[in-house]
Amino acid sequence: MKKLSISVSVLLISLLAACASDKPAEVAAAPTTPTEAPAAVAETPKEVAPVAVDELNDPSNILSKRETFFDFDKSVVKAEYKSMLQAHGQYLASHGDRKVAVEGNCDERGSSEYNLALGNRRASAVKKVLVVSGAKAAQVSTVSFGEEKPRDSAHNEAAWSQNRRADISYK
Amino acid sequence: MVLRNILFFLLVCLSLPVQAALDIEITGAGEHQIPISVVAFAGEETLTQKIGSVIANDLKRSGLFRLIDPAGKSPHEMREVVYSEWAEADALAIGSAAVLEDGRVEVKFRLLDTHKQVQLLGQSVVSKGDQVRAIAHKIADMIYEKFTGDAGVFSTRISYINREGKTNRLVVADSDGYGEQSVLTLKQPIMSPAWSPDGSHLAYVTFEQGRAVVYVQSLFTRQRFVLAAFPGSNSAPAWSPDGKQLAIVLTQDGTSSIFLVRPDGTDLRRLTYTDAIDTEPSFSPDGRFLLFASDRGGSVQIYRMSVEGGYAERMTFEGNNNFSPRYSPDGKSFVFMHSTGGQFYIATQDFQTKQIQVLTDVGWEKKPSYAPNGKLILFATESLGRGILATVSSDGRVKQKMIPQQGDIREPMWGPFLK
Repeated sequence: MKKLSISVSVLLISLLAACASDKPAEVAAAPTTPTEAPAAVAETPKEVAPVAVDELNDPSNILSKRETFFDFDKSVVKAEYKSMLQAHGQYLASHGDRKVAVEGNCDERGSSEYNLALGNRRASAVKKVLVVSGAKAAQVSTVSFGEEKPRDSAHNEAAWSQNRRADISYK
Repeated sequence: MVLRNILFFLLVCLSLPVQAALDIEITGAGEHQIPISVVAFAGEETLTQKIGSVIANDLKRSGLFRLIDPAGKSPHEMREVVYSEWAEADALAIGSAAVLEDGRVEVKFRLLDTHKQVQLLGQSVVSKGDQVRAIAHKIADMIYEKFTGDAGVFSTRISYINREGKTNRLVVADSDGYGEQSVLTLKQPIMSPAWSPDGSHLAYVTFEQGRAVVYVQSLFTRQRFVLAAFPGSNSAPAWSPDGKQLAIVLTQDGTSSIFLVRPDGTDLRRLTYTDAIDTEPSFSPDGRFLLFASDRGGSVQIYRMSVEGGYAERMTFEGNNNFSPRYSPDGKSFVFMHSTGGQFYIATQDFQTKQIQVLTDVGWEKKPSYAPNGKLILFATESLGRGILATVSSDGRVKQKMIPQQGDIREPMWGPFLK
């Protein structure tokens, strides 16, 4: 809008100038910029550098999935998560500079210390799949939060099943 | 002797708030309750605490005394007692308190046998003006011991974690919920507080370094240092009875294993070598054995091994899983978390008979620890969706809930006698 009013001012000043003298009025061309072009006007698209959507964050890519859920008191990685973990393992294999942390969590049943240990076991189980799939051990660190950082602190199976989880976190 | 203990209190106690941080509800009664009357002490209205009420509440909380209302009678000295008026009670506690010129408080008390009409106990104590609650607890301890033969625990303290939103506070409080002090406040979780045998230090675990790390903190100086920050998780600290080492659990070698370490973090020695989870060590009172929880046999069970390591004997065979063992102070039994049918109960097991006794009945009870006289067990439970603490007497009869004013509380541990 600002540019428009400047254009008008320029126009008016030009007209005044034209009136002041006997020269024919010169209409200063209102400067046009691409931003002022009405939306209806089709412009020739300029060449734009292609934006690579990071496959890690592409929602349609399996790599955007980071969570592995576990059965009660178990640290076995279920079959439904294998292909996701294999994809991360292969990604890490081909991106040797990337590192991940695997964070193990538990639901609140059992003692807090046993759950700290179980969370560690879950994180280690996920790490194993990543390494077998190509990641180097040095690329994968593990940590356990036990039952201390629940995603859902309600006291029912719906909450507990959310908390029995290992998360892959890219550094 | 009382004076020496009071002097120790001067080092340990800080400012005492008027309100208890925990509300206490009592259910159940001992098998035989001793009827006793506690008369308000002369002059107690001039003090910060009503001594008579603190004593009466302590005795009532134990479940072993039935408090008889003085009904308006107020003797303060032996010669003022008309024994025929107190026939309903077996004993009568009377006394007086006065503030001295220098601000200190002098408390005199007598415990009388109402039937034999003789004095059972008599004491006079002088202490700082803000130690009135501590004196009342000491008197309650003396009365308790006189009648039961067991040491009272009214002067002991407990530790727990209070969680409100993302804020976690490691707290120390009197065993009646008063005198709550925050030892540590973090936005990261805190777990597993463990009292040193002399009550001077707390070991605990926090996640402030991004993973479980064990700290030791002095309750006098408030200074703390890292005991164990090895790669992986460092947790489950437990002090040996002589205070010369701690057992801890590390995952630096892959799986959770039990180690011993000196209180300054040196001289690390590994004790368990399985691929299983070995955790929650607890020293025997003679320092020769450790109880611990392990899933080396498939389910989580409690095992006992020498502090030298080596062979571990399985102790528990009932229920689905058993966690969190702690030796009783007399070494004859242990308390633990017993899981059966998806529920969690507090139970004790006698070493000799191997009999277990389940002490709770709701099914969401965790983290048991004994009072230092072995007569009460403190544990974490829930009420109306909130984390609370509770106690149960070792015979299962007397139960008490301790409900926080704010937040949820978890991870309790009963502290030692203050010598």
